[in-house]
Amino acid sequence: MSTPILQTKSLCRSFGAVTAARDLDVTINPGEIVGVIGSNGAGKTTFINMVTGYLPPSSGQILFEGRSILGKPPRAIIRMGMARSFQVAQLFPELTVLENMLIALVAAEGPRPSFFLPMASAKRMRQAKELLAEFGVERFGDSVVSAVPQGARKLIDIAMALISTPRMLLLDEPTSGVSVEEKFGLMDTVMRAVRHHGVTVLFVEHDMEIVERYVSRVLAFYSGEIISDGTPAQVFADEKVRELVIGHGHGTEKKRNMA
Amino acid sequence: MTTFYAIFIDGMIYASWLFLVAAGLTVIYGVMRILNMAHGSFYAIGAYCAASMVGWYFSDFDGNPYLSYLLLIGCALVAGLVVGVVIEQGLLRFMYKRNELLMIIITYALLLILEDTTKLAFGVDPYFTYQPYALLGRSDIGGLAFANYDLLLVAVSAIIGLGCWLVLNRTHVGKVLRAVIHDREIAVAMGVNVRLMFAGTFIVGTTLGALAGALTAPSISVSPGIGVEVIVLAFAVVVVGGLGSIEGAIVGALLVGMTRSLAVHLAPQIELFVIYGVMSLVLAVRPQGLFGRTLARKI
Amino acid sequence: MIHIDRSMVGLAAATLILAAAGGFVPDWLAFILTLALAKALVVQGVVLQMRAGLVSFGQGLFFCVGGYAVGMGGHFFGINDAPVLLLAGALAAVALAAVLGLLMTRYRDIFFAMLSLALSMILFGVLVKSSELGSTDGFNVHPATFFGLSFKTEAYKTALYLLTVLLAGGGALVLHLVHHSGLGRMWEAIRENEIRVEYLGLSPRWLLYANYLLAAAFAALGGGLTALATGHIDPEMSFWTTSGEFVFIALLGGTSHVAAPMVAAVLFAFVRTYAIEFTPHTWQMILGFVLLGIIVFLPKGLWSLVRSEKRAKA
Repeated sequence: MSTPILQTKSLCRSFGAVTAARDLDVTINPGEIVGVIGSNGAGKTTFINMVTGYLPPSSGQILFEGRSILGKPPRAIIRMGMARSFQVAQLFPELTVLENMLIALVAAEGPRPSFFLPMASAKRMRQAKELLAEFGVERFGDSVVSAVPQGARKLIDIAMALISTPRMLLLDEPTSGVSVEEKFGLMDTVMRAVRHHGVTVLFVEHDMEIVERYVSRVLAFYSGEIISDGTPAQVFADEKVRELVIGHGHGTEKKRNMA
Repeated sequence: MTTFYAIFIDGMIYASWLFLVAAGLTVIYGVMRILNMAHGSFYAIGAYCAASMVGWYFSDFDGNPYLSYLLLIGCALVAGLVVGVVIEQGLLRFMYKRNELLMIIITYALLLILEDTTKLAFGVDPYFTYQPYALLGRSDIGGLAFANYDLLLVAVSAIIGLGCWLVLNRTHVGKVLRAVIHDREIAVAMGVNVRLMFAGTFIVGTTLGALAGALTAPSISVSPGIGVEVIVLAFAVVVVGGLGSIEGAIVGALLVGMTRSLAVHLAPQIELFVIYGVMSLVLAVRPQGLFGRTLARKI
Repeated sequence: MIHIDRSMVGLAAATLILAAAGGFVPDWLAFILTLALAKALVVQGVVLQMRAGLVSFGQGLFFCVGGYAVGMGGHFFGINDAPVLLLAGALAAVALAAVLGLLMTRYRDIFFAMLSLALSMILFGVLVKSSELGSTDGFNVHPATFFGLSFKTEAYKTALYLLTVLLAGGGALVLHLVHHSGLGRMWEAIRENEIRVEYLGLSPRWLLYANYLLAAAFAALGGGLTALATGHIDPEMSFWTTSGEFVFIALLGGTSHVAAPMVAAVLFAFVRTYAIEFTPHTWQMILGFVLLGIIVFLPKGLWSLVRSEKRAKA
């Protein structure tokens, strides 16, 4: 068997009295599409934050493609081939969508950008427009990000993450803040792009419909622990999961009613 | 041993002066998140009002000299109240939505305006009002003479510090203020009238600034530029202690005051250097100041 | 490929016109312009930082280092050539910034503003107590030569004016390239969202370090030219109100074009000359009200009035 793309060994993290991660042993193999479910405060975002170096774990090991990433800052981990999106899209709000993409393209070329060559080169302009087209948001190219709708921002956020040609992508609630009508379209677009780039994906999601439809494997988190790991059918059938995770969330129902 | 006494007592005097100057600044920042560059101007206005009124009292009005202390404090209260109300109601309340950095620039603009207003109102010639200072005489402590007025300031400063602490920690208003300090949004959601709290805090802050100026007036020559010099000292104190914390301002004032006193007695050429040196050192080791809180950004 | 755009042609033309005008503008005007353009160089650095989201209330530190380097070079080291002195000042400032930058790049927002202020006040405190350097009075700067050539009074002023125009114009051209480069746009990205920059694989601290050094170099050039033009230096150059003036001019012009600081500095110089003459005690008040007006009505500075291209807001 090949080296797992991501592996954590007895990963722990607590915030004061709250345990956000307790002995997490996760192994993810190249090509998998993994969904992470769990109620609020179960430790899902903490997991992503630790794996991308934003938050140091209290103890434990994190290996990316067999190499430890412990103690490395996010930028170094990104350069190794990991990328992430954010629950609330992290963009450059007062710049245009095109400029956002151009900045990501410059960043992907190396850690020391040129101080005299213009950012908006013909080549980068072409690449940026292609990417925006791939994600179906090219019509927003010249708008400033703060004027773009939420769903498009999420797509731009993910598109920016993919510019560094990562081998693994972590998506933090890609459909949160997106309307019910838009969410499947958004996920279809994202998954098409992900398959096109051949990226392993782990995504955190509240919405069970989304999880069911797009993932090959589910991890169920409950108060910092993984209580179930398997195919969607197996995990959703698990008594503990039904009681502690799905029972808690009712995510889909609520969102539908509110929309 | 004499030097030790001198360093200690000079340090205490200087520290209590620093605290007086910084108290209003830290109160305003703590509640309103405004690092008020114009604080030095409030100090200057207080000093000018007190100096001119007390000067008039002694030259043209032959009253009981001890009543001049009441006049001193009265001037500060009136000046602080008037300036506070005018600025808060006339300008600042329209600016609250802006970020902290822009607020610095807005209060910088305010400082420029107040500097010239002071010049127009009081002229550019220095004012001397030594009478309240001289009136109290000197005391001999361990073979060294100290002005009683300066020693009195230590007590006044302690009272103000204690007063601030009591209001914040032992009263209902203080409880509400702490809620605003801790989380403004939740305080608003819980029905706290933040506008009123802000207005009140700002007026208390300006009055503290004016009081510091008025109490300092008898021991200095009141002339243009005193506010601009004082503001950076006040910054140093609150930054050392942690922005917005009263305990921090006390500790910051003691630390800066003692360090400066040490320098004045042992190495006078680095007197000015050490104040900002202490500030830079604290910031380098503990950016949030000795009593400050840090907030991590949630993503 | 560097693309030569309208702004660059315009800047080059303006520089040449200003330089040619040096032959016949009256002395007093040349003097005001020299000082204003020297100041504009410092402000370019302040703008550079503002584009990255940082406001320095202590840029007077490097301004002062540049000025004292020029003065001390002539006084203590027998160096009298203006370009050499200016270069020495810039190098001294960059060296200092290289050390301080390690600390400063950890701070943002009001902390950056306050710490920069404190550092400049440290230099002020040191200079005030240095009797060898004239304490609060400072000292006079020896007249300099230009590439080995020495000039008499009138020609000296013209030569200095020319040097200042060329440096201000050339500096603006360079900065125009920098602003539109990958690095320059990355500074804006940091201002907008530092966490994203980190997650694009870049080090915000490294990027801001470069920014800090460049701003310091520009401040020192401006300080050196100011010292040569006024023939005098004193610790006031490092006092925080000097830095406040740079911030004022930067906000007056806005950060959207490299010409803005120059226009703003010249405007500032003229208004000040007349205001101080006619209403000496309301000059700062005028500044204060103008500053409030800019913040409320023209948050992007005066330049936004002349800028034709507008960003589409969908």
